[in-house]
Amino acid sequence: MVDYFLGTFSGITWLAASPNLSFVLAVTLAGLPIFLFMALNALIAVYAERKISAFMQDRLGPMGQGVGLHAGKWGVLQTAADAVKLITKEDIIPATADKKLFIIAPFILFTASFTAFAAFPFNEYLVAADFNIGLFYILAMGSVGVIGIILAGYSSNNKWSLYGAMRSAAQIVSYEIPAGLSVLSVVMLSGSLAFREIVAAQTGTTLAILPNWFILDNPFTFIAFWIFFVAGVAEVNRTPFDLPEAESELVAGWMTEYSGMRWSFFFLAEYANMFIVAGLASLLFLGGWLSPIPGYLEGNLWGIFWFISKVSFLIFVMMWFRWTFPRLRTDQLMRLCWKFFLPASFVTIIGVGFWDLFVR
Amino acid sequence: MGVVIEQELGTVHGDEMILNIGPQHPSTHGVLRLKVHTDGEIVTKITPYIGYLHRCFEKHCENLTYEQATPYTDRCDYIGSMNNNFGYAVAVEQLMETKVPEKVEYMRVIVAEMNRIASHLLALGTFGLDVGAFTPFLYCFRDRERILDLFEMLCGARLLYNYIWIGGVSHDFPVGWVEKTYEFLDYFEPKINEYNDLLTYNKIFIERSADVGVIPVDVAISYGVTGPNLRGSGVRWDLRKDDPYGIYDRFEFDIPIGTGAMGSVGDCWDRYYVRVRELEECIKIIRQALDALPRDGDVHAALPKKIRPKAGHVYSRTESPRGDLGYYIASDGSDTPTRIKMRSPAFTALSCLNEISRGWMISDVIAILGSLDIVLGEIDR
Repeated sequence: MVDYFLGTFSGITWLAASPNLSFVLAVTLAGLPIFLFMALNALIAVYAERKISAFMQDRLGPMGQGVGLHAGKWGVLQTAADAVKLITKEDIIPATADKKLFIIAPFILFTASFTAFAAFPFNEYLVAADFNIGLFYILAMGSVGVIGIILAGYSSNNKWSLYGAMRSAAQIVSYEIPAGLSVLSVVMLSGSLAFREIVAAQTGTTLAILPNWFILDNPFTFIAFWIFFVAGVAEVNRTPFDLPEAESELVAGWMTEYSGMRWSFFFLAEYANMFIVAGLASLLFLGGWLSPIPGYLEGNLWGIFWFISKVSFLIFVMMWFRWTFPRLRTDQLMRLCWKFFLPASFVTIIGVGFWDLFVR
Repeated sequence: MGVVIEQELGTVHGDEMILNIGPQHPSTHGVLRLKVHTDGEIVTKITPYIGYLHRCFEKHCENLTYEQATPYTDRCDYIGSMNNNFGYAVAVEQLMETKVPEKVEYMRVIVAEMNRIASHLLALGTFGLDVGAFTPFLYCFRDRERILDLFEMLCGARLLYNYIWIGGVSHDFPVGWVEKTYEFLDYFEPKINEYNDLLTYNKIFIERSADVGVIPVDVAISYGVTGPNLRGSGVRWDLRKDDPYGIYDRFEFDIPIGTGAMGSVGDCWDRYYVRVRELEECIKIIRQALDALPRDGDVHAALPKKIRPKAGHVYSRTESPRGDLGYYIASDGSDTPTRIKMRSPAFTALSCLNEISRGWMISDVIAILGSLDIVLGEIDR
């Protein structure tokens, strides 16, 4: 989209005269929809989470009746009302906190997920910034977020926050390795880090009727998909890997001292990260914007639909996890990562390599 | 006990961190403060600080008549109020050397066992919550709610019943209550499998609770741990069988004990599973009691209007959902007791926390505390 806007602006004489201005304008115009999308995503995902958890737990969930901020029919306005509450809530910074870091931490986390969205393609053409290393960029941006978490935990000057931050740092850094390695198998098969080409490599059919997605390509990519997805769930700190915020142990972990708008930035980032993990999994393994029935219902608008559907399904699976499983312990989490996922992801890489050489 | 580490660039002073868990904390099951010495995530020492819920139960009782003390016993273990009433009533009746009508005996067993189910459901649910599983907690509460509805029908209260009185119970079962209780049992029995599927045999749950917080038999006995916690350690000790009170000797039921099925005997999983198995035993007892319940009869023994036991003292113990609940009552022949002392099973369970959770992680301490199923109302009294 940035390139598109720049191209358009070069046709406008007064804008073409100042390349800096036109660049800023183009980036803003491309970034604004992302911001709106993130807000919308959080709004819908929070509502979905509430309803899904309620249905899984034999409850109704938010059922507010009426109009306006009275939560709407079936509670559809519940999250909107929550947002208003968060904005109007008193902003508390603890007296003993490191003020500068405390203020900056939510923005680092939020910016990391926000910028990751920039390279996120919704279909073949709808992408804010089309990189040839889009995959690498998103994985890199995912790692930046952990700095925000550590800063938040450290600057709060609270023991719970510190524990949460240390757990989170250990967890995210560890799980990035199997996640990154399992992604490599897809990169090996498609020979590219650009999403457009990764998805293009998944067109067509396999085994006569099934779509030629990488998850179905060979047994090793099938394993790689699950490693990536589980490691992704661990990276976004959701149950069963929600140790950093483990409310029954650490009260609220690294965000214990945060409230109001600052806390809602964490919240936005959490749901954005869920979308990123689910989106990456569907782009890399589930054919991105390709139709599940090859050659049928393809096209740009259908592409957006299929992509959003796949992402929504994976987000639903994450919520399903959350409301079903207990939480692991720190050492068990690390053991799972280093003793199981890491060797398994190495096996998938080697396996994919041999498969590519001898079977195909 | 600082640790000094000499390094090339200078000296690093390592030290233990003291973490205060509570009094306001999601997993302390009330208002308990745990002063935890931690080395990283490893717990080196725990000191529980109690008394945040102290309401002078025992002192209050010295200024009240015997009947007036009954509602105060409700407020001790507020999760198992019926059993508290039961224990107190049994103790005073023992002091007075009176017998209660046959029908009352059955009614008491029925409500006490119903209350035990409710209490164990809360224990299972909150233990799940402590290890991070939210859904089983709500499933347990869904079923506990039905018991509370039945109790509400019975005596108007949902938590603090004041139902079992000295020499009887406050009301007869209302019309239709017995049928509704049968209905509930039919509904509830298959639900136990649901908890098992969702939580008991969940791989992560087993990882979190098996082999964690083992109470060896000698530790359990030397600390005076009783109830499901002691049975989890493999000791077949249940006052309903071993020192029967009321009419418990007439019923057929088993006493489940910990077998170390998932780890070692006496771990958190065993304590949890003993409670799950006890749900089934409670259902058995209630069914037998409902079948044998006499339809007619008074629900009060003929007692004088003012209860004045003759001078003397008594120690009586009953099996509450948390274990061996004892009442020591001393009387000087007046209508107020000179001394009431309550032996709290949750207090002894909490006292062994330091012994069994040293060397485990903070997450485990929360799990161990959850598996001990303490109620602070009873500990602080």
